[in-house]
Amino acid sequence: MSETISDTFGEDNIETQTSLIREYTPIAKDGLWNNNPILVQMLGLCPLLAVSNSVINALGLGLATIAVLILSNMCISLIRNIVRPEIRLPVFVIIIASVVTAIELVMHAYFHELYLILGIFIPLIVTNCSIIARAEAFASRNTFGKAAFDGLMMGLGFTLVLVVLGAMRELIGLGTLFANAHIMFGEGMQWLTITVIPDYHGFLLAILPPGAFMGLAFLLALKNYISLKQKAAKKRQKSPLPETV
Amino acid sequence: MFVAQSSPFLKPALSVSKMMLVVTLALIPGIITSTWVFGFGVLVNIVLAIIFALGFEALMLYLRKRPIKVYLNDKSALLTAVLLGLALPPLAPWWLTLVGIFFAIVIAKHLYGGLGYNPFNPAMAAYAILLISFPAEMTTLWPSPSMLAGHESVNFLQTLNFQLFNQLPPSVTLDAISYATPLDVVRTSVINGLASISEIEETGKTFGMLGGLGTEWVNLAFLAGGLFLLKKGVIQWHIPLSLLATLGFFSLLFGSFELDSNPSPLFQLFSGATMLGAFFIATDPVTAATTPKGRIIYGAGIGLLIYIIRTWGGYPDAIAFSVLIMNMCVPMLDYYTQPRVYGHNDRDQQP
Repeated sequence: MSETISDTFGEDNIETQTSLIREYTPIAKDGLWNNNPILVQMLGLCPLLAVSNSVINALGLGLATIAVLILSNMCISLIRNIVRPEIRLPVFVIIIASVVTAIELVMHAYFHELYLILGIFIPLIVTNCSIIARAEAFASRNTFGKAAFDGLMMGLGFTLVLVVLGAMRELIGLGTLFANAHIMFGEGMQWLTITVIPDYHGFLLAILPPGAFMGLAFLLALKNYISLKQKAAKKRQKSPLPETV
Repeated sequence: MFVAQSSPFLKPALSVSKMMLVVTLALIPGIITSTWVFGFGVLVNIVLAIIFALGFEALMLYLRKRPIKVYLNDKSALLTAVLLGLALPPLAPWWLTLVGIFFAIVIAKHLYGGLGYNPFNPAMAAYAILLISFPAEMTTLWPSPSMLAGHESVNFLQTLNFQLFNQLPPSVTLDAISYATPLDVVRTSVINGLASISEIEETGKTFGMLGGLGTEWVNLAFLAGGLFLLKKGVIQWHIPLSLLATLGFFSLLFGSFELDSNPSPLFQLFSGATMLGAFFIATDPVTAATTPKGRIIYGAGIGLLIYIIRTWGGYPDAIAFSVLIMNMCVPMLDYYTQPRVYGHNDRDQQP
């Protein structure tokens, strides 16, 4: 922990700052786009498909997952040099399970309605593959600061997709956005709920599980399309002259 | 021109375009009868569906950079549109048709790779999606058949006005012109034990001579169209025969124990969309099984599922779900039922 603090707040010269940026930017890019837990690694699809039927549900589970990812990554990074490799996986699982239990109790205490809606999917965060994957692939090999940052960015990438899918399904299925905002932000935030299409018939398919699969398929297609375009653009930059055939 | 001089002379296979056209033409008696029984809504549905289907087909071909004129000419979108138009309730609003055709052409057909690559029957996939998404619209908008005593109907312009703008003439209510389909009545009252078959028969509103009141004529017309297709060699006998035989067999088997709570086998065969499904939907060459043995199992599976879902399921009719479920089994059926190659032993053949 001490090294990060000295890294961040010690000498205030430009060189350390640029090296910091150089070290941390790829982590952010990986989590949000290049190695997005859902769009690229395809991990944690079960909670994604089950809870993305409205923005608020998606946001609630997404934030809980971010908290779990950051905390578990931090703990695992701290103990990475003490734990023998043979028993690392059980230790990781125990840490993740403890963190999830703590988060569950917090939600039970402060967001009771949301806790009731999300139900079994809060304890099931333990089984979200992206968490153990980050523990194994990143946190157990990197310093405390980087591991925490990676947890934040991977969690954000997960939450982003979850919220976009939730918004798509809520909009098409019910014609609203941020319905039930009060169960997360308190009664004062009722105004957040937007009825986008008044007198909407409702399109049940989007709310039902098939809608989740179709929506995810469209998001994946969009991501692959953009990535292909980016690759093609990079190629063109490298060879400015068109190849003669 | 070079002319073949020696045998064997084989008839050239029907082109896709011609086959689709023949199937569509064979639907015409059914379309006319449906219009006679259920009013002009049937025609409005079909025309709207064709317009939407050709539009979406052209759009998808353009997006996929395929030659639009060539592929539009294969008439497969036309057939899908006519089938969906016939399956929808005749008083369906225009947006129901639009959503259905969007799922049929864009999602069930083109996103899977276009004609020949779609694993699911596009018209039935769209119907199933509409049924689970808009259960109220899909089940309550059936007009009463013209042979019902005290039948009330709306004329062509009034029908059009209702389907496009959701407006009925002030003297008419929707309840007066709509009715519960025979299959719906049987499912909700007999199977739940509210009324027996003979009690329903006394009301005179549900049963005709063969099957459901009104729907029996439509089924007979589709049967005639199907027999024409069989004679033309466009479809083979395996799927329709095994489907109808299985459905009839199981309704006979279960019906013979409790006559008063199970509709007769004839009612199962001549109600709902049985004949349309058996001859026109289950026989779709893209999504049906291709080997003779596979086709018999495929048809029998659909027939059995229709009986199961109609009797114990949550929906009155079951053609769409049965066809879709058996569509999923087609690759396996084709794999395990490949006919013996001439000159090979059964033992040589690796399944």
